[in-house]
Amino acid sequence: MKKTHLLAGALAAAVLMTSACGSSDDEPAKSDEKVALTYWSWAPNMDKVVEGWNSTHPNIQVTVNKQDGGDPAVAKLLTAIKAGSGAPDVMQAEYQKIPTLVSADALADISKEAGDLKSKFPEGAWTSVTLGSEALYGVPQDSGPMLFYYRADVLDKLKIKPPTTWDEYAAAARTIHKANPKQFLGTFSSNDPGWFAGLSQQAGASWWGVNGDSWSVAINDATTTKVANYWGGLVQEGAIDNKPMYTPEWNAALNDGTQVGWLSAVWGPGVLEGNAASTKGKWKVAQLPQWDAASPATGNWGGSATSVTSQSKHKAQAAEFVKWLNSDPAAIKLLAGTANVYPASVDSSAALTEPPAFFSNQPDFYSVADEASKITKPFTYGPNVNVAYSSYNDAFGKAAESKKATEFAGALTTMQQATVDDLKNTGFKVAG
Amino acid sequence: MTTTARRKSGAPYLFLTPALLLFGLFLAAPILYAGYLSLRRVKVSGLGLGAGSRTEIWAGLENYTRSLTDPEFLPSVLRVGAYGLIVVPCMLGLALVMALLLDAGRTRVSTFARTAIFLPYAVPAVIASLLWGFLYLPRVSPIVDVLDKVGITAPDALSSSWVLYSVANIAIWGGTGFNMIVLYTALRSIPTDLFEAARIDGASDIAIALRIKIPIIGPSLVMTTLFSLIATLQVFAEPMTLRPLSNTISTTWTPLMKVYRDAFVRNDIYAAAATSVIIALATFVISYGFLKLVGSRAFSQES
Repeated sequence: MKKTHLLAGALAAAVLMTSACGSSDDEPAKSDEKVALTYWSWAPNMDKVVEGWNSTHPNIQVTVNKQDGGDPAVAKLLTAIKAGSGAPDVMQAEYQKIPTLVSADALADISKEAGDLKSKFPEGAWTSVTLGSEALYGVPQDSGPMLFYYRADVLDKLKIKPPTTWDEYAAAARTIHKANPKQFLGTFSSNDPGWFAGLSQQAGASWWGVNGDSWSVAINDATTTKVANYWGGLVQEGAIDNKPMYTPEWNAALNDGTQVGWLSAVWGPGVLEGNAASTKGKWKVAQLPQWDAASPATGNWGGSATSVTSQSKHKAQAAEFVKWLNSDPAAIKLLAGTANVYPASVDSSAALTEPPAFFSNQPDFYSVADEASKITKPFTYGPNVNVAYSSYNDAFGKAAESKKATEFAGALTTMQQATVDDLKNTGFKVAG
Repeated sequence: MTTTARRKSGAPYLFLTPALLLFGLFLAAPILYAGYLSLRRVKVSGLGLGAGSRTEIWAGLENYTRSLTDPEFLPSVLRVGAYGLIVVPCMLGLALVMALLLDAGRTRVSTFARTAIFLPYAVPAVIASLLWGFLYLPRVSPIVDVLDKVGITAPDALSSSWVLYSVANIAIWGGTGFNMIVLYTALRSIPTDLFEAARIDGASDIAIALRIKIPIIGPSLVMTTLFSLIATLQVFAEPMTLRPLSNTISTTWTPLMKVYRDAFVRNDIYAAAATSVIIALATFVISYGFLKLVGSRAFSQES
């Protein structure tokens, strides 16, 4: 299989080279040609970022088509691919969706058009868009290294130092809940599989893997089980809450000071600003608590790439736009300042000097984030993340409701089972 | 003679063409396509990455066995059964009582009351579910606040022991008004001389309701029950909207939610098509069975 893969790669390269030669002949005639591209994205103000491109590239005009979010955009794209038409030229795709999209033949390989970009992005983000192969299925746009947000005023009052290890986090959670039974340092959310995947990633888990021509699934391995047991224990003793995040209930709890900590990612300030406006200036950010303080690590929650779809008729122009959007200093500045994303590019720190408005009390916000993005552990997503994630919703929903630590490890077994069964049922080769 | 015969036989089809065309394009064809999809599946080769690694093949009845043996399927069917046992009698009982009260009163108040009771039906199910979702979540619920003030600790409406009633409550709130209007309209069409005769014979209001009104609106009761049964089997919007607010509503809480999950979350339209066919068959069997059961009694008065 490895051989066929290489062969396929060589064939593709040969085809591309011939087509490249072909297009260079046509180029003088084509240079005046006006090309209109469509771009599906859900990042706020992306149309304003794209204006920066349109004003300097009169022949390649990009129109942003605003999407509801990552999941609906993928469902729409897959439908368009199945139907044979209706897909955009360029698409924002979350990292965990890329294997699914590649597997559905929805994304174009732009490794030839994009040129050498590898050095501009952190290793983890780059692996997410190449899937460890020679192909390139998109250019990393933004990333979401996980960080720990806490109410500094509440911790100070109880004379708790910001926790640096998970043991300290548990102790802090107990102290806070004991001092005020209505207060929690966090909640275990059965609604956010990406959040739990990020926490497992920090501990060193990688739920999928490629062995030759077969996939491996390790959702219930020792590492993730350790993480699940840790949270199960905290939920069972009641030190943290068991209600999902992103509900009106949770928003109110952040705002009225009953949720005084949040394990989130670099994009957290926007959420806090929207949901807990009255707590401005009371939050601080730090690295996630660690399993091993000697070798600090973090996980990734969220983040996406910009990909060219397989239906695009202007692959070269689309790839050029994608490259500009995510690696040109002016574009990175727009992404960070206007679209409010944390650009994946290693040059992003130059564009991010001022802390987010909600964290004006913490001038070093982005140096903390920069540090986190450097210690993000690698993680491989598989072709059926959607199955594993929806299984997480159900299995951990039950576990969190039961408030029994043993149910948490059991939920991992359910996830593993559902994920492996689905792969086998579809015909993927599964190792082990 | 022959020309008139031909014209006679041709005309109805001509008039039927638009309806048949629309029926064929937007109802029959999608149903047939769903049936076709339910017998297909995707086969992946190797790692499944790149072009051409996915092919669609015949699956026989495999999707059906997978659907029926899914450990989540039977619980979701039983859950919907329990939901129906709560919703249908409560909703129709309330609708009938309100229709009878309005009909007995026939005052100016009744116009206002009728509109007020009907109004929730005009609220889309998703919006109703969001409204109720806010009322169910303790921290944002004014109901919980009020109960708290008078010293009652409200139960968590979305906990596993209450969630079924909470979802049923939304359906009852939204559906009672519509059924009330249907029954009320049927009541209004009863000739008043029947009541006058009964009243002269000394019948009380309750006796008139039980002996005259309810038997006469039997067909309307049958129809509203049938619609409610079908709506029960298709319950989707309410639990789907409440799901992200709680731990207790799974992605396969009702059979239709399982169809949605398979089609749009797992991208497995084949399994979703098979489950849809099963639900459609079950709906048909239950509706037909119900009509057979009550049909002869309900419609006997009409003939």
